[in-house]
Amino acid sequence: MIGRPTYLDHAASTPMRREAIEAMLPFLDQQFANPSGSHRFARQARAALDEARDTVAGVVGCLPGEVVFTGGGTEADNTAVLGTVARQGGQAVCSAAEHHAVLHAVEQVGGTVVGVDAVGRIDLAELEQVLRRAADGAAPPVALVSVMAVNNEVGSVTDVAAVAALVRRLAPTALVHTDAVQAPSWVDLRTITPHVDLLSLSGHKFGGPKGIGVMVVRRPGAVAPLLVGGGQEREQRSGTQNVAGAVALAEALRLTDAERVDEVPRLTALRDTLVDRLVDALPDVRETVDRAHKVAGSAHVCIRGVENEALLFLLDEGGVCASAASACSAGAMEPSHVLAAMGVPREWSAGALRLTLGHSTTADDIDRAVEVVVPAVQRVRSFAR
Amino acid sequence: MKVLCAMSGGVDSSVAALELLQAGHEVVGVTMRLWGGASDTGCCSIADVDDARRVAQQLGIDHVVFNFTDEFDAHVVNPYVQAHTRGDTPNPCIECNRHLKFSRLFERADVLGFDAVATGHHARIVLHDGLRYVARGADAAKDQSYVVHMLSQADLARTLFPVGHLTKAEVRERAAAAGLRTAAKPDSQDVCFITHTGGRETFLGDRITFRPATVVDTTGATVGQVEAVELVTVGQRRGLGLPGGGPKRYVVDVDVDRQVVVVGDDADQLDAEVALGDLVWAADPVAHPVEGPVLVQCSAHGAPRSGRLAGDRVVWDEPQRRVAPGQSVVLYDLTDTRVLAGAVATRPIRPSAHR
Repeated sequence: MIGRPTYLDHAASTPMRREAIEAMLPFLDQQFANPSGSHRFARQARAALDEARDTVAGVVGCLPGEVVFTGGGTEADNTAVLGTVARQGGQAVCSAAEHHAVLHAVEQVGGTVVGVDAVGRIDLAELEQVLRRAADGAAPPVALVSVMAVNNEVGSVTDVAAVAALVRRLAPTALVHTDAVQAPSWVDLRTITPHVDLLSLSGHKFGGPKGIGVMVVRRPGAVAPLLVGGGQEREQRSGTQNVAGAVALAEALRLTDAERVDEVPRLTALRDTLVDRLVDALPDVRETVDRAHKVAGSAHVCIRGVENEALLFLLDEGGVCASAASACSAGAMEPSHVLAAMGVPREWSAGALRLTLGHSTTADDIDRAVEVVVPAVQRVRSFAR
Repeated sequence: MKVLCAMSGGVDSSVAALELLQAGHEVVGVTMRLWGGASDTGCCSIADVDDARRVAQQLGIDHVVFNFTDEFDAHVVNPYVQAHTRGDTPNPCIECNRHLKFSRLFERADVLGFDAVATGHHARIVLHDGLRYVARGADAAKDQSYVVHMLSQADLARTLFPVGHLTKAEVRERAAAAGLRTAAKPDSQDVCFITHTGGRETFLGDRITFRPATVVDTTGATVGQVEAVELVTVGQRRGLGLPGGGPKRYVVDVDVDRQVVVVGDDADQLDAEVALGDLVWAADPVAHPVEGPVLVQCSAHGAPRSGRLAGDRVVWDEPQRRVAPGQSVVLYDLTDTRVLAGAVATRPIRPSAHR
């Protein structure tokens, strides 16, 4: 491996922004107090937490009181699904391309999974059928519809407003949740929030730390908490708040929001260069989702005749950090449920390669990635059975 | 050399990686995810993968996990199930070695630019008259040459068994001396996809419909009934619903199609020969004998039997207990050291040919 690794796995996690690290350090050190306390140190921590909440609310486009800090994106997603069904009864509905944090929660409570189109967006006609069946009493009432704003694997963007409009029309009492974990770097959250009741974020996807997330709850009392105890976060999430994490998340989110206007065109150009060069250099490489339907940072391709497990090993050896689908708990590659739902044939999906760009990505990274990916694909193909 | 070392999370493969490092090789550890269903060590044997990864970290080598579950289903699990529907007694660990640990891993190792694949098997590779052979491991009680007998000349040229020259006690001593967390880990014994709680019966019952069978003696008289002919194995003594107190009786034949299990006494289990299917010689493609005296091992821990190879069968020097169809039959040289060939016991043309 030569020099610094080329990191093109921002959808998995992002390097923390220096400003976010600096913002959180005092709360790991001198300002350690429990924000629920009644002394001066507690008040300092409380003020920082309130400040962070205001910042997040400003970027998300909601009221500060609607911002609930959680232990991460999965907890926010789980709470949205499980907490809504626990409080409201009825069924949860989601798309087949959701992150497992939503999908497995919906399956756990016996909900309905709706198919997706060729780019990974929920099939609106099928969703309409599901909602009508419930409205007609042929299925349990729909308590929640969850659709991700940006798909974590292939980067496709769902028109959350259109989904929400359909739900409001056919299931007026249902809550609309969006897993917006992959959105903040690419989409102005203020354009999504007005359409939904619940929204999930995860700090480490935009330059913040791991172990901190946000659940926006715009209908007070509609969602049962997953964790009960001291009643923190307006009874929505008990447990002493992760003050340092919240402060860092807020700082990272603020910067991400401020830089988006410049970052999206910059990274779109780099992404386009990357994909164009791969497609030019290698036969049988397909861009999984066309550029009009996905976010700037996503360069997901399917490479025919390649096993991505072998490819990723060679990329790693060449200093390029990429990914394929999700890995199981043992670390083995799993076939992608997203590509399967999109109807991508196995001969193509077996060679799925996800390269995701982010705030740390430079033109050098793109050059280096092309230099390593092209011969690696050629090598794997030369050994194909 | 650049060596891909298969690490199962057990002590043998942990020490294999250690030995390779100490010999100066560049080593990457790999754990193959083979079985996606329930196992005794949790989903996809997560505890074993953790052990393999932690040992790799201790040794300072990279560790990766490869997902070969589809191939494992196709080459090991499905044939295992199918064999039972024929009344055969398969050896899935040997098929796993043949198709996964070696064939599939070699293929992957080539793509990734490795010079050799290593495993923690207790077996050695020896040179004899310019050819390579699998040979028994230094620890006779732990020898695994039987289960890796299928390796070809090309395979053996790029295979390493770094603990084959050690006894099990020495392996554990070296693991302990290096502070490896697997030093005292018990050996795994059983088929990885069969759980202790469910057993073979539950595993097969989830996949095939069992059929009952009549148990008859060698005169053809009905002596009992079994509920699942697919679970009956040649040589079996218990679970046949036979009244106690009489002479010991053994299963001598399983006829799934007719739903008949034949039982007999000790003498009825004896055969004059064993028929061989899929015979493959280690020396291939170099010419090899088709006749001559050999020593033969017919189960993972069975004692060698002496006989004479005669084309596609071995004629025993003394009558021998019947080899269950489906079991691997491995031929050794007369010093009981080198593997000469491997085959699968096939169904005798006439049951109880010896009588």
